[in-house]
Amino acid sequence: MGEPATKELLSLEDLEAAGGIHTGRKHIVSILVENKPGVLTRIAGLFARRGFNINTLAVGPTDDDAVSRVTLTLDGALHPIDQVTKQLHKLVNVIKIRDLQPDETIARELALFKVSADGGARAEVLQLVEIFRGKVVDVGKRSVVIEITGTDDKVEAFERLVRPFGLVEMARTGEIAISRGRGET
Amino acid sequence: MRAVDALIESLKAEGVEVVFGLPGGANLPTYDAFYDAGIRHILVRHEAGGGHAAEGYAKATGKVGVALATSGPGATNLVTPICDAMMDSVPVVFLTGQVRTELLGTDGFQEADTIGITMPIVKHSFLIQHPLEIPRAIHEAFHIARTGRPGPVIVDIPQDLSRADIPYEPVTDVSLPGYQPTTEGNQKQIRLAAKALANSHRPVVYAGGGVVNANAAEELREFVTADRFPCTCTLMGLGAFPAGHDQWLGMLGMHGTRAANYAMDEADLICAVGARFDDRITGKLSEFAPRAKFIHIDIDPAEISKNVPAHIPIVGDARNILARLTAEYRALDADAGRLEGWWGRIRSWQEQYPLHYDDPQNGEIKPQYMVEALYQATGGEAIVTSDVGQHQMWAAQYFPFSEPRRWINSGGLGTMGFGLPSAMGAAVAGSDLPVVCLAGDGSVQMNMQELATCAQEGIPIKVFIMNNGYLGMVRQWQELFWDRRYSQVDMGSFPDFVKLAEAYGATGMRCESRDTLVDDFRKALEVPGPVVIDVRVTREENVYPMIAPGQPARDMVG
Ligand SMILES: Cc1ncc(C[n+]2csc(CCOP(=O)(O)OP(=O)(O)O)c2C)c(N)n1
Ligand SMILES: [Mg+2]
Repeated sequence: MGEPATKELLSLEDLEAAGGIHTGRKHIVSILVENKPGVLTRIAGLFARRGFNINTLAVGPTDDDAVSRVTLTLDGALHPIDQVTKQLHKLVNVIKIRDLQPDETIARELALFKVSADGGARAEVLQLVEIFRGKVVDVGKRSVVIEITGTDDKVEAFERLVRPFGLVEMARTGEIAISRGRGET
Repeated sequence: MRAVDALIESLKAEGVEVVFGLPGGANLPTYDAFYDAGIRHILVRHEAGGGHAAEGYAKATGKVGVALATSGPGATNLVTPICDAMMDSVPVVFLTGQVRTELLGTDGFQEADTIGITMPIVKHSFLIQHPLEIPRAIHEAFHIARTGRPGPVIVDIPQDLSRADIPYEPVTDVSLPGYQPTTEGNQKQIRLAAKALANSHRPVVYAGGGVVNANAAEELREFVTADRFPCTCTLMGLGAFPAGHDQWLGMLGMHGTRAANYAMDEADLICAVGARFDDRITGKLSEFAPRAKFIHIDIDPAEISKNVPAHIPIVGDARNILARLTAEYRALDADAGRLEGWWGRIRSWQEQYPLHYDDPQNGEIKPQYMVEALYQATGGEAIVTSDVGQHQMWAAQYFPFSEPRRWINSGGLGTMGFGLPSAMGAAVAGSDLPVVCLAGDGSVQMNMQELATCAQEGIPIKVFIMNNGYLGMVRQWQELFWDRRYSQVDMGSFPDFVKLAEAYGATGMRCESRDTLVDDFRKALEVPGPVVIDVRVTREENVYPMIAPGQPARDMVG
């Protein structure tokens, strides 16, 4: 390599690439956006044209009328999340983005399950609802509708367990999330 | 006052001097206001011509260009210029008319969802929902178009709203909580970059259009010459560093010089400034600059590590960052002697592989010679616009640009038909330099109609058509990669450009001999008003050298 060029030594070998990294885990991204028409289309369009896959997307109001919150879940094995958040930031109506750290985050979703439950099966299903701290919100002759809230893992576990009884249909909201502690998400 | 008069006042407040447009039903109120607005309005013959003219104006001046169109087909005719401005980061505000609010969503006459159609290709857009919003939307549109990474912004105004009566209040603040471009550049990162440069033995500075946009050519030159850093520019960056300088490697990329591409290939440190590692630069990405670490300076954080992972990212304005980087670098007092070996290697490439072509001097006009003749005839003192194809690449190779904003072309989108209208836009921007368009015989026909605009308005552009009778670049690819099966690329000798020019009210000339070419060009440049010069060049000639698509730079051919 020849003589050192300067007193301020630094080996180029030691420089590491920043960004563009696939984390391989699930990410929950919380986005505050201006509550203006077309904002959701801009976000959805961005994902479509950049080829980013969204697992879930939930939108709702916040404590501020002018601001809505969009919560996305994404698979960090498929995309470098920093690229996703930086592209989102380019949208003028996007105010703030947080890629929430799993251990600092409370995430919940709501799911409704319609399960066929007659005769003996019904007692077993109700027991599962109990264990999952769910609620039966409608009871019919041959089916019940159950409400479960929790993390997506919990909702998926419940789904696996009730499926054998005859899952008629299911609706899920996708997760919403908020950070732990006093600071704003 | 009427909302449209408030619109005019808002445009004046932004310093708008000239707009390009064409009226229709949905923007009739706007045109009524333009009747005596005191802003120069240039009536184009096709909205795409107006959009590219606004781009040419913006690229020549650095100011925001403005183009107008009516709803529906007027707006859809703007789609190409909007996308072009997005790809090349050109600050343009597009004002489109929209159908009356009661008709929105009903497939009304000339209704098109302009905001929806253009959403993926704008920096931002505003659909006016209340007439009172107009002054703020205009102010914010200009602010967004001009600041950060520049780009196109649309303001879509329903016809009924533009007729409403509103009180006009000038707007001087912006209320854009989600839009705060970073311009500063992190000092620690700048220091680290300086240190890395001082410890590099094979550095290359790779500069792009961002340097031109940031008006940072002066600072780039200071930085590059703070040591003997070799410097190359992208197609969009040409002029940001003076061609002809001792440290200039020539353009890089698909049709760049071997010296530039080989230097990137062997570099241990690449300092990218306002450049985005486009595939036309990198060739096969996995084999791009395999030995290099990367400093990446860009105003757009999303460009960093998008294609090539950066080791030292610096987000911000190239102008202030380059100035600080130069200062930091100088303070390190690095030993310039360490670059001797590197320059030895570069010089050997430069000697072994200069740009070259066969010039038989039998009267035949080689296309490369045509570019050199244009350089001689203008002395390099011109603003040059171009279309897209072989002629564009030859211009980039054989016309040495020594100053920024003198080379105006469509890089990212590669839009045929860009050259003539963008020359028109550059020419009304008030420079003392002559504006010449180096056009392709195919491309020029895509916006030829603007010659009428130039003739009517007395806009003195000189359009040099490199006439090879072919969609030459496509023919070259068919020759090289498709077994010479020339499919739909031969345009024969149609149209007769001289007669066409005359029909448009411009002057037409034809050049068929190499020997008088420079003189003929000089004469053409002296003719007042718009002139079209039809130059018959060698029909089948290829642009070399070339990185074949998807191949690594090391394997350049030709
Ligand atoms: C609008 C548009 N359509 C098609 C193309 C594809 N294309 C790229 S270069 C080229 C040939 C251009 O021909 P000409 O303007 O005569 O230039 P030459 O290559 O012959 O110099 C074509 C068709 C394009 N870039 N833009
Ligand atoms: Mg041609």
